[in-house]
Amino acid sequence: MSDPSAALLIDGVCKRYGSLQALDHVSLTVRQGEFFGLLGPNGAGKTTLISLLAGLGRADSGVIRVMGHDVVDDYRDARRNLGVVPQELVFDPFFTVRETLRIQSGYFGLRRNDDWIDEILHHLDLHTKADVNMRALSGGMKRRVLVAQALVHRPPVIVLDEPTAGVDVELRQGLWAFVRDLNRQGHTIVLTTHYLEEAESLCGRIAMLKQGRVIALDNTADLLARPIQQMLRLRLRGDVALPADLHAVARATADGRVVLALENADAVSACLARLHAAGVGLEEIELVRPDLEDVFISIMQEAA
Amino acid sequence: MSIALRTLLYKEVLRFWKVGFQTVGAPVLTALLYLLVFSHVLDRQVEVYGGVSYTAFLVPGLVMMSLLQNAFSNSSSSLIQSKVTGNIVFVLLPPISYREFYAAYVLAAVIRGLVVGAGVWLVTLWFVELPYAHPLWILFFATLGGAILASLGVIAGIWADKFDQLAAFQNFVVMPLTFLSGVFYSIHSLPAFWQTVSHVNPFFYMIDGFRYGFFGQSDVSPWISALVAGGSFVALTYATLNMLARGYKLRS
Ligand SMILES: Nc1ncnc2c1ncn2[C@@H]1O[C@H](COP(=O)(O)OP(=O)(O)O)[C@@H](O)[C@H]1O
Ligand SMILES: [Mg+2]
Repeated sequence: MSDPSAALLIDGVCKRYGSLQALDHVSLTVRQGEFFGLLGPNGAGKTTLISLLAGLGRADSGVIRVMGHDVVDDYRDARRNLGVVPQELVFDPFFTVRETLRIQSGYFGLRRNDDWIDEILHHLDLHTKADVNMRALSGGMKRRVLVAQALVHRPPVIVLDEPTAGVDVELRQGLWAFVRDLNRQGHTIVLTTHYLEEAESLCGRIAMLKQGRVIALDNTADLLARPIQQMLRLRLRGDVALPADLHAVARATADGRVVLALENADAVSACLARLHAAGVGLEEIELVRPDLEDVFISIMQEAA
Repeated sequence: MSIALRTLLYKEVLRFWKVGFQTVGAPVLTALLYLLVFSHVLDRQVEVYGGVSYTAFLVPGLVMMSLLQNAFSNSSSSLIQSKVTGNIVFVLLPPISYREFYAAYVLAAVIRGLVVGAGVWLVTLWFVELPYAHPLWILFFATLGGAILASLGVIAGIWADKFDQLAAFQNFVVMPLTFLSGVFYSIHSLPAFWQTVSHVNPFFYMIDGFRYGFFGQSDVSPWISALVAGGSFVALTYATLNMLARGYKLRS
C-alpha cells in the first residue's frame, strides 16, 4: 500500500463469478506517467480488473485507488481521473459523433467542451465524421469514437482494453502515435492487447496475468533480458514432422518456420543432433533474441 | 441540478424525441382508436356518474392510461436497450451518483408521459368538451402517476436481462393493473367483489384522482388517492434507490 501518488494502486484484489475465481489477490502499482501493459491469454481477468478500476463491478476484497482516490468510497474523484476505452465496440445509435462527445462531456460535469472535442476529433481523424450518426460509422471509426469518449474529461489515467482488436493496420499506427503523444504529455497509459509486438514497443512495464493471478511484473527490458533461452529458428526441409519430444518447446511461426525455446547453447547443439538423428533436414538455421511473445509463452508455461 | 443530471436528462429526452413518431405519435393514435371504438359502441349504454357522458368519462382515462404506459415504456426500454447493446457503460463510467441516475431516468420518463398524455388530450378535444374542475389535481396526478410508472420502468429495465422479460413485465403487471383500474368504466358499475379488488390496485387511485380534476366527482376522495399514489411513489423510489445503491445487475 505504498506510494500514495501512484496512478493506480491495486492491492489484494479478488473477484469471483460463481465458482470461477476471476481475480485472485491481484496487487500491482502503476506510477504516474507510465506506459503500462496488462497482458494475458483470453479469460485471464484483464477486462475484469479494468471493470473494477472503473467501478463497473465491485471487488469481493482488496483496495483499488485511482490517483489516490478509492474507487468505492471516493468514486467521483476516482472516475474523474480515469478514462476507459472498453473492449466491446459499443455505441449509442441515437446520436451523432459530436452529440455523443458533448453528452459524454456533460456526464463529467463539463459544458462548452467543443474546443477540446474538436482537438480530439482532429487527432483521431474523425473531424469529417463529426455530424455523422454513430450507426453509419465503420467498426474502426466507432473504435476511434470510443477512444474520444474516454478522453473528453482529459483524464490523467487512460485505460485501453484491447483497443486494436479487429482494427486495420493504419488505424493501429495512428492510434498508437496519438496514445504515445498523450503519454509524453504526462498521461498514464494502461493497455491490454493481444499484439505482443505492440506491447513490446510501447510499454515500459508489463504485468502478465494468468487465471486471475499476476505471474510476472517487470520492466519490459528486464523481461526481455531474462536469461531464459536461446531461440532457435528453423525452416524444415520438405514435409517432415518434428520429433515428438521437441513439441513442448516448439511453436510454429506465421511464415511456416519453427521456433524452439532452448535452455542454453548445449541444448541447442543437442537439439540439432536430435534432429539430425531423426532424419529431419533443415533449410535454414538462425539463433534469434527472444521477443516478448517467447517470454510470454515461457512464463505462461512456467506458471502452468 | 448538476450538469451530469441535466445532461443525462437531456440525453434521455432527446432519445425519445428523435423517434417521436413512434414514441409520441403512435400512442396518441392508439388512444384515438380506443376513443372512436369505445365511445361509438358504448356512449348510450354505459352509465357513469350523473351528468357525465361516457365519452367525456373515457377521455381522462385514456389520457392517463397513455401517460402511464409511456412513462413506463420510456425508462424501461431505454435501460434495457442500453444494457443489451452495452452502451450503459457510458453512464456508468462517469461520476454520476445513483440518485442522479434515478432522477434523470424518472424525469425523462415523466416528460414523455406528459407529452403523450397532452397529445391524447389535444386530439380528443375535437370529440368531446371536458370540464376542468380542479386543474391542479389534474397536473398533480398526471405528474405523480408518470413518476410512479417511470420508477416501475427503472426497476423493470434493470431487472430484465432480455427484451421478452421486459415484455412479460409489461403484459403481466402493467397492462392488467392499468386495464383493471377503471380506465373504461367507473368501478361502481362493477360487482362488489371486483370493487374490492380494484381498491387494492394503486393505479385505480391515480386514474380516479386524475378524473376528479376534470369532473369534480370521483369514486373515492382525491385526498385518499393522493395519499395512496404518493405512498406508492415513495415506496417505489425507496426500492429503486436501494437497487441502484447496491449496483444490482448494473455494477455486478
Ligand atoms: N460477468 C461475468 N460473469 C461470469 N463470468 C465472467 C464475467 N465476466 C468475466 N467472466 C469470466 O471471468 C474470466 C475473466 O474474464 P475477462 O476478465 O474478460 O478476461 P480477459 O479480459 O483477460 O480475456 C473469464 O473466465 C470469464 O469467462
Ligand atoms: Mg478482455
